[in-house]
Amino acid sequence: MNNVLHVENVTMQFGGVVAVNNLSLDIPEHQIVALIGPNGAGKTTAFNCITGVYQPTSGLVQFMGKPMVRSHPTGKMKKMYKGANGELYKDQSAISPTPDKITQLGIARTFQNIRLWKSMTVFENVLIAKHMRAKQNVLSAIFRGNAKEEKRMREETMALLEEQGLDKYKDELATSLPYGLQRRLEIARALATEPKLLLLDEPAAGMNPQETQELAEFIKQIREEYDLTIFLIEHHMDLVMKISDYIYVIDFGSKIAEGVPEEVQNNQRVIDAYLGVAEDDE
Amino acid sequence: MTTLNKKSKTGRYIAILCLLLVYVLAYLMDNVLPATSFTLMLVPVLKKGAIYSLLCVSMNLLNGFTGLFSLGQAGFMLIGGYTYAALTIPAAQHDAVYQYFDGGAIKFSIPEILSGFLGNSLGTILGVIITLIIAGLFAAIFAALIGFPVLRLKSDYLAIATLGFAEIIRAFFQWEGLGVITNGSNLLRKYTSFADIELTIGGTTIELGTLFLFVIVTLCIAVIVLLINSSYGRALKSIRDDEVAAEAMGINLFKHKMISFIISSFFAGVGGALLAMFQTTIQASAFKSAMTYEILLMVVIGGIGSVSGSCIASFLYIACSEWWLRFLDSGSLFGLVNVPFFRDGFRKVVFSVVIMIIVLFFSKGIMGDKEISFKGIGGLINRIKNKKKKAVTAAANAGSEEGEAK
Amino acid sequence: MSDFISANLPYLLAGISTGGQYALIAIGYTMVYGILRLINFAHGDVFMVAGLVMVYVSASFGPYVAIPVVIIATMALGFIIERAAYKPLRSAPRMSVMISAIGVSYLLQNCALYFTGGLPQIYPAIPFLAKSVTIFGATTKLVTLITPVLTIVLVILLMLLINHTKMGMAMRAVSKDFETSQLMGIKINNVISITFIIGCFLAAIGSMLYFSNYTSVIPTSGGMPGLKAFVAAVFGGIGSIPGAVIGAFIIGICENIIKGLGLTEFSDAFTFVLLIIILVVKPTGIFGEKATDKV
Repeated sequence: MNNVLHVENVTMQFGGVVAVNNLSLDIPEHQIVALIGPNGAGKTTAFNCITGVYQPTSGLVQFMGKPMVRSHPTGKMKKMYKGANGELYKDQSAISPTPDKITQLGIARTFQNIRLWKSMTVFENVLIAKHMRAKQNVLSAIFRGNAKEEKRMREETMALLEEQGLDKYKDELATSLPYGLQRRLEIARALATEPKLLLLDEPAAGMNPQETQELAEFIKQIREEYDLTIFLIEHHMDLVMKISDYIYVIDFGSKIAEGVPEEVQNNQRVIDAYLGVAEDDE
Repeated sequence: MTTLNKKSKTGRYIAILCLLLVYVLAYLMDNVLPATSFTLMLVPVLKKGAIYSLLCVSMNLLNGFTGLFSLGQAGFMLIGGYTYAALTIPAAQHDAVYQYFDGGAIKFSIPEILSGFLGNSLGTILGVIITLIIAGLFAAIFAALIGFPVLRLKSDYLAIATLGFAEIIRAFFQWEGLGVITNGSNLLRKYTSFADIELTIGGTTIELGTLFLFVIVTLCIAVIVLLINSSYGRALKSIRDDEVAAEAMGINLFKHKMISFIISSFFAGVGGALLAMFQTTIQASAFKSAMTYEILLMVVIGGIGSVSGSCIASFLYIACSEWWLRFLDSGSLFGLVNVPFFRDGFRKVVFSVVIMIIVLFFSKGIMGDKEISFKGIGGLINRIKNKKKKAVTAAANAGSEEGEAK
Repeated sequence: MSDFISANLPYLLAGISTGGQYALIAIGYTMVYGILRLINFAHGDVFMVAGLVMVYVSASFGPYVAIPVVIIATMALGFIIERAAYKPLRSAPRMSVMISAIGVSYLLQNCALYFTGGLPQIYPAIPFLAKSVTIFGATTKLVTLITPVLTIVLVILLMLLINHTKMGMAMRAVSKDFETSQLMGIKINNVISITFIIGCFLAAIGSMLYFSNYTSVIPTSGGMPGLKAFVAAVFGGIGSIPGAVIGAFIIGICENIIKGLGLTEFSDAFTFVLLIIILVVKPTGIFGEKATDKV
């Protein structure tokens, strides 16, 4: 099986704080992989390293077998570096693409705290995500030389909204939708960028059990329909256990366990991390 | 579907009709309208209002649609204005204008060169158009250069950096070392102005200055509106709403901000050149940050994020400051009652109080982020028509029913 | 050697003196920015208004009465501006507050234009500042020597206030986190008002020192010193008081050296070149803290 994403020894350090410590993981094609951990474990930071929001202090991220992000501690970080393997990529040039380049390669994401474009309608929110892949330039766009392309974008957006059951809200302001639908719209927007890998940052946050249940079905469904690989961060254990093919657990930035759901469920370190160890229970 | 098409078609007709009406009026203003004290106020106000409309819309593209708080407008206007002036001073006038700089370094005038091929009137018009484009390009090139360092900065740092660049440009244009082109701290004059734009057909001369100005301004604003409504325009708005989300959806922030910055500066340059044409003289010392602030306030009054709002606000602002509120400075109310505190400067005080009230209590301005839409007006007219039709048919039905009943 | 000193010392002295004046204005910018994240574009105009008040009051009552009046009037002005123009916009987007600040600046300038009739107002000579002194063969006004000393004394007092009083602690808390401080029972509106009042107090002192050197006040005379002081604040790392002071001295000295070299046109532009260099190289300034955006 091919790995879509390969993360190798990634460390992210803010000053003296090591938010992600020497994290390695693999995401095989067409699987749903989850990253779990207690609050503040560094899950979102790990996401941000993969999507280019942060440049990791050290480490390598490969996408579809090609290096996408590569970094090693330099400058001030060289002295402050606390993670392992600081010398690992020393002789190789650093690669630090901006988030849009990564999206271009085929990785799309959603956000923990929904980030839809407030002043725009549901339709526009999805349509803008199509902008990246449109064949046009500023002049052709201004003087309407891209009419065909524009028409295609609009049709595809409409089709996508219909598939997601959002078409009846298309002219409403994105932020006027109920919370659950906003989450779904964010996923639809990510799908509009035509990704191979979809990163979901706490997609079930703030949802009730019923909605969570629906979301689980939905995630499985889009994996089939759009031939996706999915990597998600989640707090809802039942959701994670139900849909994940493989789970990574981190705490204080470091990986403490990995495996299929049953293995992780019975792992003593995971239970300790979540419930606290008996002796120094706070 | 058909009603939708019909609606937009009616809207389009109305828009074209309005535009033609404006052009005809502009033509009449130059040629038919007698010079009364009323028209002597009206015509310059309309001209200046049109120029400021373009300046406001170009600033709105940056501040309102892209969310970049830039305060460099005066600098780009200065570049545009000076480029235009330096390239259109007739060769024979160079010695008089650049009297301290041995007649300057530029020895030609673009409208004059073209006049040599195309005859006086056509040559001048074409020459001015070409020079306006060059003026815009110079401003745009400069914007591209400073965009590299500046556009990476966040909101208020960007504001202060662009303001700083505008000040640097101003100092540079006043520097004696560049005097052979900029005439140092002296003003540039005698270049082609609106009064020179005319057409001579068989002995009669038609003045086209005002019409020319309105055509250029509407064309420029049309291009900006087309940009705003295009795929790129939507991308710019997404950057304004949420940069992080925009970037995550594959929109290259730097590239798109740069596009917006360059296009906005291009039109600021053209606007500056038009302002130079309007004033007939240009001096760098006038392009202070206060000028940028004034344009910004017009944008706010019109509504940040509304093109039509910007246009309405600039005409209102110019009309108030140059015409309607003049009496506040005159010392008396309507020339009848003497009001002691109505003296020089009172107009501006009243004006700035009004502006503060708008900023504080009506922060959406005249239009908010809405537009006057000809589509909407068209739709309204259609609806009225349909209602009439319905009313007519209803009446007819009622009539026939009545007949049947009888 | 003594020729060299007497030829160049005036520029250096003038530079230190201008630097001190900028520093007093810059502190107002940096404190307000530290708390409200607002570039108070009107601060330079407050400084100009302080100058005009001095002109008018001392014409009627003499300079010694005028000094306290100016200080009190300027502080009151700062308080009113904050309450009227910034407080209603506390929850509005940052751009709106900045526009409001530009509006206030426009209003102050136009009011000044109205009252002065557009004529430059001759600044009264404050006797003890205008006295001439000679050091190392260079003649200068006493104000040139007093400015840096006074600036440093005031800055030390201000630092004591901020680091060792309850009010200072509240200020530091509010500048770190607006909402949390509110939850902790700090009356943020009072803290903000006091910040403005302190800023304006220093601007009033700065204006007396500044205009004593320049003889006349016009409605736009606040603009340039205001912008330069702001650049100084950015240069030193906005929000940091020692940073603003050091930045102001550097700018004041460089500016006067450039004037000494005969490039007067570029003395203003230089400040902005410096601004752009610092923004590109280290946007947070010399002493600024790095802020990370949370995603």
